Amino acid sequence: MSALKPDVDATPVILAENLTRRFGDFTAVDHIHITVQPGEVFGLLGANGAGKTTAIRMLCGMLPPTAGWIRVADVDMVRHARRARGLIGYVAQRFSLYGDLTVLENLKLQAGLYGLTGARQRERLEWALAHLELIDRKDAMAEALPLGYKRRLALAAALLHEPRVLFLDEPTSGVDPIARQRFWELIYELADGGIGILVTTHYMDEALFCDRLSLMQAGRIVAEGTPDELLRRPLPTPILELDSPDAVAFEQLAQTWPETREIIPHAGQLRIRLHAGTEASAMTAKIWAMAAERGLTVGALHPAAPELEDVFVAVLEENET
Amino acid sequence: MNPVAASLIRLRALLGKEFRQLLRDPRLRFFMLVPPLFQLMVFGYAASFDVRHAEIAAVDQARTPTTRELLAATAATGRFTLHYFPDIGAATTAMDRGEIRAILRFAPDFEEQLVAQIVSDGSDSNSAQMITGQLSQTLQQSARLSAGIEPPVQIEERAWFNENLDDRPYFVPGIIATIVLITTVILTAMTVVREREFGTLERLLVTPVARLEFLVGKMVAVATVGLFDVALISIIAVAWFGVPFRGNVVGLLVGSLLFLMSSLGIGLLISSYAETQQQAMLLAFFIIMPMVVLSGFAFPIDNMPEGVQLLTWLDPLRYYLVVIRNVFLKGSGMGAHGFEYAMMALLGSGALLLSLARVK
Repeated sequence: MSALKPDVDATPVILAENLTRRFGDFTAVDHIHITVQPGEVFGLLGANGAGKTTAIRMLCGMLPPTAGWIRVADVDMVRHARRARGLIGYVAQRFSLYGDLTVLENLKLQAGLYGLTGARQRERLEWALAHLELIDRKDAMAEALPLGYKRRLALAAALLHEPRVLFLDEPTSGVDPIARQRFWELIYELADGGIGILVTTHYMDEALFCDRLSLMQAGRIVAEGTPDELLRRPLPTPILELDSPDAVAFEQLAQTWPETREIIPHAGQLRIRLHAGTEASAMTAKIWAMAAERGLTVGALHPAAPELEDVFVAVLEENET
Repeated sequence: MNPVAASLIRLRALLGKEFRQLLRDPRLRFFMLVPPLFQLMVFGYAASFDVRHAEIAAVDQARTPTTRELLAATAATGRFTLHYFPDIGAATTAMDRGEIRAILRFAPDFEEQLVAQIVSDGSDSNSAQMITGQLSQTLQQSARLSAGIEPPVQIEERAWFNENLDDRPYFVPGIIATIVLITTVILTAMTVVREREFGTLERLLVTPVARLEFLVGKMVAVATVGLFDVALISIIAVAWFGVPFRGNVVGLLVGSLLFLMSSLGIGLLISSYAETQQQAMLLAFFIIMPMVVLSGFAFPIDNMPEGVQLLTWLDPLRYYLVVIRNVFLKGSGMGAHGFEYAMMALLGSGALLLSLARVK
């Protein structure tokens, strides 16, 4: 979490209401609401095709919405997208700077496009090269860079003009865990500086890094809140965690129980997800009894503390049925 | 910041990028230099309607001093290589086999009739026409000189601006026009489509860059390449092929700039329809080919059917060719092709406005 908590009373830097986009008969984004405060890291989660990229493209003013309205950095994005462009930074999912220009040339181009000249340009270029650890590759062709460098270059290009709002579309996909960690550290640093950040991801574990998040499914927001709020939601389908040296026998056994919805082997343990409506404590007692009857050893057995992934899976399933 | 100044800063940044990319990409460098030089060589050396060493069958059944003298004079021009055949049958067989291009026959009663017969291979109509023309001209000339046989009307021919009616001064300046067309249409279309394909265009459009600024950056860069090709080919045409340059450089420059309006507009239009670079390439050829054919580059417009002639009015290349040939061969001033300038400005503005409305 960022050190400075987002200022909830400030004017939101992103405010979208009833945002909708249809492509022919297909509704890619369906009446979503999004609010992001300055200094807040807001996560937009969802599977590929859930509508995240369409939403972010509308918020950046690249795609006109079919319905709804958007204010970004106090500018009406539907009518005056160009006015907001100097105030926002955008990092696309795909590397979309120029592969046939060097790192420095790409950054100089971006600086020029944002109207930075002279001493101010030099100062910002130095900041970006140093801060995003690009200095040792500044004369390398962008297309020859490793993916991690490409991502940092893309981020550098989006930050040169010190935007008030930053949009990151799947910024960490395909990046190794260390680079991912480093990337999130940078994101917090930026949020601490007061930038409002909207990030999309399909990595559930990254959801925890966000101050607030919305889960998208088929174009709609199906759950939203802080990670803590979401974790406190009661799980409609309880999960039991079973630690046992007889895990294999238990796995076979559990498959025969009518209450079992899904069995997930997890780090030597079994996570047994039960059907909605099953009472976790009653089921625990039943398992203890069964173990005694068959001479199976139970190391530990208790209802699992839900992880965000469990919450989301439950929400997604609820909506599918 | 003053919006005009801001726009200029952005344009400068975009232009720097365009030129860097153009000069850096080996494919684009190749594209700027090799096809123009290659075309120049092909048209400079290979494309010629001049008759040189045409293989001719001579069937002399009269065998008089006059016919012998006419044949000798024909051979002496250097344009024809004579092969003697005893009768028309043998000559016909040779033509069937493609060994000769035409038959020149003097019938046994030549002295009474004074008729020389020329039969040419019409399967290649263009050269048949030229060989027949040149052969009969040669025969008439030598008949008058050596045998005193006068045709009823004497015709004196003179071609101005290109005294020997060489094909090179006719073709080589025309190559400038076609090269500029091909290079600039394809470069514009390909580089715009590439930016769309790679997502770099969308990325540009989240910055304060206006669409128009992006397009102006592209067009200035491509136009520069076009003008570079004009200069390159003009210099080679004059220095290597000895084509005269009688007009002034400003007239050529103005014509080139006006023509570029059309070719850049066409390139942009293509980019708005093509989704991939391959599609852009195909579309470009689909448009360039008829433009070249209708321009009068190789086939005279006056010989086209009337409907097709009307179509050539829409072909900006047609006017550019007139300007270029005038500038090189006639040396006429800028006022002499005001009409061509006006037509190119009109078509160019149309193409540009249409493409700006389409490109999104």
